[in-house]
Amino acid sequence: MRTMNFGEAIEDALMQAMANDPNIIIMGEDVAGLRLNLRVRFGRNRVLNTPISEAGFVGAAVTAAMSGLRPLVEVSLVDFIGVTMDALLNHAAKVESFSGGNWKVPMVVRATCGGGYGDGGQHEQSLWGWLAHIPGLTVLVPSTPWDAGGLMIAALAHDGPVIYLEHKLLSEVWLDSLGGGSRNNVKFDVPLEGARGGVPKIWEPIPIGQGVIRRDGRDLTIVSLGVSVHRAIQAAAVLEKNGIFTEVIDLRSVAPLDKQLVIGSVSKTGRMLVVDEDYQGYGLSGELAAIVLEAGMSIKYSRVCTEDTIPFSRQLEYQTLPNVERIVESAVNLVNN
Amino acid sequence: MENPINPSVLDSWHFYSQMLRCRLFEKQVMRLWQEGAIPGEMHLSMGEEAIVVGIVDQLEDGDAMALDHRGTAPMLVRGVDPVLLLKEFMGRPDGLCGGMGGHMHLFSPEHHAASSGIVGSSGPAAVGFAIANQRLRPGKISAAFFGEGATNEGMMLESFNLAAAWKLPVMFVCKDNGLAVMTQSASVTGGNLMDRAKGFGLRTIDVNGGDVEAVWEIANKEITRLRNGEGPVFVHACCLHMEGHFLGDQLLRFEHPSMSATIKMVIPLVKAHVQSKGAPLRERTAVLMETLGSTRENVRKHRSKEGDPIPPLRKKLSSMDAEKLISIEEQVQKEIDTIIQQATMPVEQMGEQ
Repeated sequence: MRTMNFGEAIEDALMQAMANDPNIIIMGEDVAGLRLNLRVRFGRNRVLNTPISEAGFVGAAVTAAMSGLRPLVEVSLVDFIGVTMDALLNHAAKVESFSGGNWKVPMVVRATCGGGYGDGGQHEQSLWGWLAHIPGLTVLVPSTPWDAGGLMIAALAHDGPVIYLEHKLLSEVWLDSLGGGSRNNVKFDVPLEGARGGVPKIWEPIPIGQGVIRRDGRDLTIVSLGVSVHRAIQAAAVLEKNGIFTEVIDLRSVAPLDKQLVIGSVSKTGRMLVVDEDYQGYGLSGELAAIVLEAGMSIKYSRVCTEDTIPFSRQLEYQTLPNVERIVESAVNLVNN
Repeated sequence: MENPINPSVLDSWHFYSQMLRCRLFEKQVMRLWQEGAIPGEMHLSMGEEAIVVGIVDQLEDGDAMALDHRGTAPMLVRGVDPVLLLKEFMGRPDGLCGGMGGHMHLFSPEHHAASSGIVGSSGPAAVGFAIANQRLRPGKISAAFFGEGATNEGMMLESFNLAAAWKLPVMFVCKDNGLAVMTQSASVTGGNLMDRAKGFGLRTIDVNGGDVEAVWEIANKEITRLRNGEGPVFVHACCLHMEGHFLGDQLLRFEHPSMSATIKMVIPLVKAHVQSKGAPLRERTAVLMETLGSTRENVRKHRSKEGDPIPPLRKKLSSMDAEKLISIEEQVQKEIDTIIQQATMPVEQMGEQ
C-alpha cells in the first residue's frame, strides 16, 4: 500500500481519472501553478487557468458539462462560492429537473473549507449544510487521503453536480500557503491520520452517500465529518477512560445523507451527538435530528457546532470551532443527564 | 502624527513622511508575522504607498473608503489609530475590531472605511457609500481600492456601470501589479482596462503608481470633479507588490529555493512529463518552459524592486535638503517605535499607562 498526503491523494486520483477520461477538464484560479503537474501532463487545453471570475467560469462549467465535458472547477475557498451561487443554485442544481431528467450536469466544484489556522470568518467557513440544502447538489467532505481520492473518482464519474470540499487543516499545501506561509513557529492542530495515510494502488470510487463507522461503541453515537471526525475520535478516547463507549460515524457525504447508517447506530446507542464544523442553525445538525425523529425514534440528542461568525483571534477561533473539550463535555452531559 | 498641512497643496515632504510611515509600520507587521505573533495570511500594502498616500491623504470627513485585503496603508493614512490596527492584526481583544476581523476585515465607522477579503467586493461597496453620500452628505465622495485581478469580477464591472449610470461620486482605484494572486493577469484578461472602463462611460486616467506627486495631482483634480458632481472616474496605476501577493508567497520562494523543496517539486514534474496518456510531449515541454519563464520573470522583477515608490522621492528630497530629510526620517522612526511598543505591551500592563 502507498502512503500519501491528503492533497497528493487527490492529485493522484485526478491523474488516473484524467488519463482514463479525456473529457475531464480542470478550470480554476491559479491552477497553472497549483495543478502544475496535471497541467504538464494533460496540457493547457485540459487545465485552464482562469481569471478571478467565479460567477463566469462556474456558470460556464454548467453548460460545458451539459455538452459533453466533465469539468472540475476550482473555487479556491468555499467562502468565495458566494460569488458564484447563481450558477449552482439556479442552474447546475436545476437543469436535470427542469429538463424532465433528460439533461444532466456532470460537473465537480472543488473548494477548500474549514478553519483552525487564523484566517478569519471570510476564509474559514464550512458551508456544506448551506450547499446541501439545495436539491440537486451532491456535497462530499472527505476526512482521510483514502477517501479524498476515492470520493474524487466518484465525483468525476457522477452524472450530476458535485461540491467537493477539502479541509485546509488536512491539505498540506493550502495550510502552508494560507496559515503557515513557510513559517515554522505557528502551530496548527492537524489531525495526522487525516492529513496523511494509506491509499490504494488503483483508485476505486467510494460510493456517494455512504458513511463509515470509524470507531465502535455502545453508549453514544457521534455523527461527524471532515476534521471534526478526528476531533470526535480523540474525544472518544477520553470518554472511554470515563467508561463511556462512543461510536463515531464519518458521514463523508452531506447530500445524499447515509440515513440508514445513522439510524442503525443511534437505535443501538439511544444517544446522538452531532459534531459539525458548519454553522449550527438550520443545517446538517438539525437535519440529522429530523431524520432520527422521522424514523420514529426517541433519543437523547446534542450538538457541538460553529454557532457564530468565526473570529480571527486564534484563541476565540479555537473556542468557536468544535474542539475536543467541547465534545467531551457535551457527550458526558448527554450520557449522564 | 497629525500633520497640519493644507491638503490642497502639493507637499512632497509630507508625502514622503506618510509613505515612510506606512513602509516602516508594515516592516514591523512583517517582523511580527514572521515571529508568529500575527496569524494567518498577511497582505501588505508595500509598494502601493504612492497610490494610497496620493489619494487617501486628500480624503476628508464623510468621504468613504471601500478597501480590499490590503487595507493597512489606507487605514493608516486616513488616520486610524496604528496601535489599534496592529493589535487587531495580532488578534487581541483590544484591537480595532476586538480581534474579530484581522487585517483583511478592518472596519472604522467614523472614517466610513470598510474592507473585505472577497476580490471585487470593494466595487459595489464604494457604489453604496456613494449613494448614501449623494443623499446624506452632498459633496462627499467614495473611493474603491482593488487590484487589476478584481476587474475580471462581474460585480466590479456592474459597479462601473451603476456608478456611471447614476453619476455617482466614486473614484475607482485600480492598483495594477500584473498578477492576480499567482496568475499573470495579461494571460487571463481580454482587451485593456482603460478601454474597458471607458466603455462603461467612466472618465479614465492612467498614472504612474510609483510617483506619489503625479498620483496626488491627478487625485486632486479628480476629487474636486467628484465633489462637484461630474460623475465617476477610473484611475489606473501600476505598482509593485514588494512582498508578493502575501507574506510567504509561493512564487517568491523560488528566489531562494531549498534543496528539499526543489526535489519535492521536481519528482512529480518529471513523472508528469513522461507518463503515458496525456498531452503530446511538445505541449508538456511548452507548459514547463512557460512556467519556468514566468517564475524567472517574477523573481527578476522582485529582485530589481523596480516601481518601489520610496527611493526616487527620497533621492529627490535628499538633493533638496538632506538634513530635513534625515530629521523627518528620525521623527517617523520614533513614531513607529512608540506604536510598536504600545501595541505589543501585554494586556495586563495596559492599565498602568
